[in-house]
Parts: sequence; C-alpha cells; structure tokens
Amino acid sequence: MTLCVDVVIIGAGPAGMSASNMIHEYGGRAVILDEQSEPGGQIYKAIDRVMRDRPNELSWLGSAYHDGARLTKKFRSQAKDYQPGSMVWHIECRNLDGLYNIFYSQAGVSKKIETKYIVIATGAMERPVPIPGWTLPGVMTVGAVQSVLKNSGMYPSGKLVLAGAGPLVLQLASQLIGAGISILAILDTSPKGSFLKALRHFPRALFAGDYLYKGWNLTNKIMQSNIKVYRNVTELNASGDGRLQNLSFKVNETKHCLKADTLALHEGILPNVQLTRLLDLEHVWSPRQRSFSPVVNSWGETSLSGVFVVGDGAGVSGARTAEYSGAIAGIIILERLEYIKESQRDLIIEDRKFRRLLDEGIRPFLDTLFPAPERIGEVPDKTIICRCEEITAAEIREVVKKGCSGPNQAKAFLRCGMGICQGRMCGTSVTEVMSKALEKKPADVGAFRVRPPIKPLSLEEIVTLNDN
Amino acid sequence: MFDRFNENKNCLIKIEFDGTVLDALEGEMVASVLMAAGIMNFRDAPVSNTPRGPYCMMGVCFECLVEIDGVGHQQACLVPVRSGMSIKREKAKRLISDDLVC
Repeated sequence: MTLCVDVVIIGAGPAGMSASNMIHEYGGRAVILDEQSEPGGQIYKAIDRVMRDRPNELSWLGSAYHDGARLTKKFRSQAKDYQPGSMVWHIECRNLDGLYNIFYSQAGVSKKIETKYIVIATGAMERPVPIPGWTLPGVMTVGAVQSVLKNSGMYPSGKLVLAGAGPLVLQLASQLIGAGISILAILDTSPKGSFLKALRHFPRALFAGDYLYKGWNLTNKIMQSNIKVYRNVTELNASGDGRLQNLSFKVNETKHCLKADTLALHEGILPNVQLTRLLDLEHVWSPRQRSFSPVVNSWGETSLSGVFVVGDGAGVSGARTAEYSGAIAGIIILERLEYIKESQRDLIIEDRKFRRLLDEGIRPFLDTLFPAPERIGEVPDKTIICRCEEITAAEIREVVKKGCSGPNQAKAFLRCGMGICQGRMCGTSVTEVMSKALEKKPADVGAFRVRPPIKPLSLEEIVTLNDN
Repeated sequence: MFDRFNENKNCLIKIEFDGTVLDALEGEMVASVLMAAGIMNFRDAPVSNTPRGPYCMMGVCFECLVEIDGVGHQQACLVPVRSGMSIKREKAKRLISDDLVC
C-alpha cells in the first residue's frame, strides 16, 4: 500500500531541516527524504558525529560549521519520519486525487509516497571546472576535500594545491591551516580588479557584516601562513600517469609547473536542478552566478502549486538564507493545512523575510568579488567536458559548426550528458561552450532535459516497486 | 591519498577491497576509507578504460562508483562503512561473459 502524507521534504541541509523544524513546531508532520546518512547537508555534514567523537576538531572547522548543531538537534528530536539514505529518483505530477507521487530508493529497495506538498531542498553542487587532465584520480573539488575533512576526519596526505576562487577556497585553506596541514600552493583564478568592482556593493554587504569580518579573518590567516599564493592564474593543466602528478599554469604570461598529489578545484557553486528540471519547471539564467535556477515566488513556491524550492537549489544564497527560506515555505504549508491562522503566518513570514533580506546583502558583493568564470565556454579544445562519455570541447564545437542548435540535440549527436551522472557534471559547461560557439546567450541556448530515473536503479528495484 | 587525524583510534570496522582488509571507523564513507588506504583509483572509465577516482564526494559526479556486496555502480561517497562489506573495483564496461563466469 502506498503511504499518503501531507508534506515530503527532499533534503536535510539547512533549508530542509528548517522547513521540517517549522512544520513540526506547530504540530504538522513531514516525511524527510535525504540522500545522505546523517542530517546537515553539505555545509553541516556530520556535525553531530564530529561533536560526539571528534570535538577537538571543532575549533578549526569553525563557528559557521558548529552553528549547524542548533538545527540538527531540533531536527532530530522532532522529525520522526526522517528517512536518511533515501535517493529520490522520480516525481510524478498530480494524479486524479490531486497528489504528487514521489519515488525513492532506500538500501536497494524502491518505494512510493503520495503527498500534497513537496519541499525541494536539494541545495547546490560545486561548479564542475573542466581543465585538461581533470579526470585523473587526485583531481577533486575544494568541497570534496572539505567533505572528507568533516565527514571522516581525514586530510590529503601528499602535496595539496587549491585552485580557483570563492569563499569556500578561503574557508578550506583556513581549516587546513588550523589543523596544521600543509598546503603547497593556492592558485587564485579570480580576475584582476574584482575587488574594486565589488566595492560598489560594499554598503549593502555591511548589513551582513559578520560575513565581511569572517572573510577578512580567513584572508589574513592565509596571508600570515607560509602558503605560496599565485594570483591571476590562467591556463591550468593537470597531467600524470594514471593519477595526478603535475600541474602547469600561467601567471601573467609566465609559465609555472608544480608537482602535486591532490588538486582541489573550485569556481563557485550552482543550484542542483536535477529535480526541478525533471518537473519541467521554468528556469532562468542568472548572468551574475552563471547558472540556471528554477523560478520561485517570495515564499519559494514554483509554478506547480504545492511544490516549493528552498535554499541554494533556488539560487545560491548561502546557509542562513536557506534556513529562512525553508522556514517560510514551512509556515505557508502549515497555514494551508490549517495548523495555524493567516495572521500568525504573516507575522512569522515578515520576520524571516526581513532577516533574509539582511543576510542576502552579502551576495552582490561576494558574487562580484569572486565572479563566476566566463572562460568555461573557451576551454582548450582537448578538454573533456562530459566526463562520463568523454566528449571534448572540440567535439561540441564541431557539431555546432554542423548546425547543432542546443544541448539536447548535442546529446543525440555525441551522447554528452547521457552517461551515468546524467549530465550533472557537463550540463552547465555544455551550455557555456555552445553559447560561445553559437554566439548566443546561455539563456537562449538552454539546458539538458532531465528524465527519470534520476539515480541509477536496478531493474529488480523497478519491478518490485509495487510490492513495497 | 588521505590520512586520518587520529590514527590511534580503534578502527573497529573491517571491510574488504579486492581481497585486502581495510580498517575503518563508524560513520566513515566507503570512498574516504579507500582513500585513507592510499587507493585513489576506484574504477576504469567505460569509454577509454582510464582510471577514475572521487571528484565531488557529494553524490553528483558518479566517479567513485564501486561494487559493494555484489551490487555494482554504488556511490562510494554516499555509503557509510559496515563491518564485513566486500568492495570491488569496477572494470570499464561489463561484459556478458564476465557474468557467465560467476
């Protein structure tokens, strides 16, 4: 028999936990499906376990991370229907009873839930950074290294190089310095003059001044360390025999080479649009963040009534804004389910909206200081764009010359985006490369369509679906 | 390659990777445990047979796929270790003849 519920929240990061906390606080109930084995999302990954087993590491993991415990504590005590390790692989739009069907896989068994409301809180992912040699083992992302650090208390043991730009680079560097781990070099890829351009947004950023203070501290910590920082880095290449061994790059036309065991790349983060694309929701291109995000109204609801997208999945704004947005969606749902009155709802919403407005003040400053790279559209021909099917930038440019008009046609010509990751890794890059080659705006080039199942499933799981 | 901050902790969980026994702590992900054992090469890519290892560690890149307890294509970065787990490296394309042999 299919389980029928009021609300399903997908994702247990700051946005999902906050929506759940709000709904449970006023007597509502929600099922929370999360891919990970513990609550916290990426930002607060494993916070409870770190506090219990490795509390000495909290001092250098930082207060922003520690802050997550406030959410997980409440979440764990209230969310009785929290289902960790659940991979949502399909959402079916309203059936005749006006419900949505959510299909998910947990420990190799697939199940279906019917629900009135869906809160999609699947967050963001790091922008894939195609460079020559990025498929070699040892080339990872900054977030990946941080993830291992938080989740498993492990650090890269060989020569480590961080490359890219963004708050996460500063944060990881500062955490590693705090832990006494050496970093061979930081390759800063942010273009010259970004700081001056960002100053225009400084006054508004003052409303979220604690971020500025933190950023200043992180930068100082790196400056005071003996880490070699290369600025204005371009033309980064990775090479090696079966694993990463060498890096080469240019600084103002001078070529540099380094030996490295681990390269951590980072060029900002993107909304994870897999579910929102699957639902065929309207998406817009943000020229500032160079990414697509679903269109939502001020309380997070999409063009599909009853489907909300909150947190970074609706446009990257950080963990605190995600928390406010999650709470707002939660309260709207509570009122529709008649757990609270409209007046009560509005009071809470106004409070969260005000706090969100202040918090979002930092975004224009950050997005200008660490601008999303335009150069992905111009990567060297030999660079692999689609890692699964191993399609290079040259092959994509070639089909454009032959008249290929967009990413979905490129799929048919080349199979790019049709591998095991289902276009998660190459989607944005294919749009960028085609946009440059076609001399069209990314918004007009469009993006891959996403089809179910959005996670690999065994045939057995699909066949036995109705038995569960 | 990765190292643990605290190597002195008792690694109570034993898992197996292609026949080698590895020590792990509760809560650690399969991918982290392999990397702490010096294994960065998780599988061969199906197109070119070139080695691949974890890239994102958050479930989106599908580069850390391994076979766990007989089930292929498991995302090693999302699966916490369990005692007695048997993990195998994935070798490029699967061939029907491989399955017939077992």
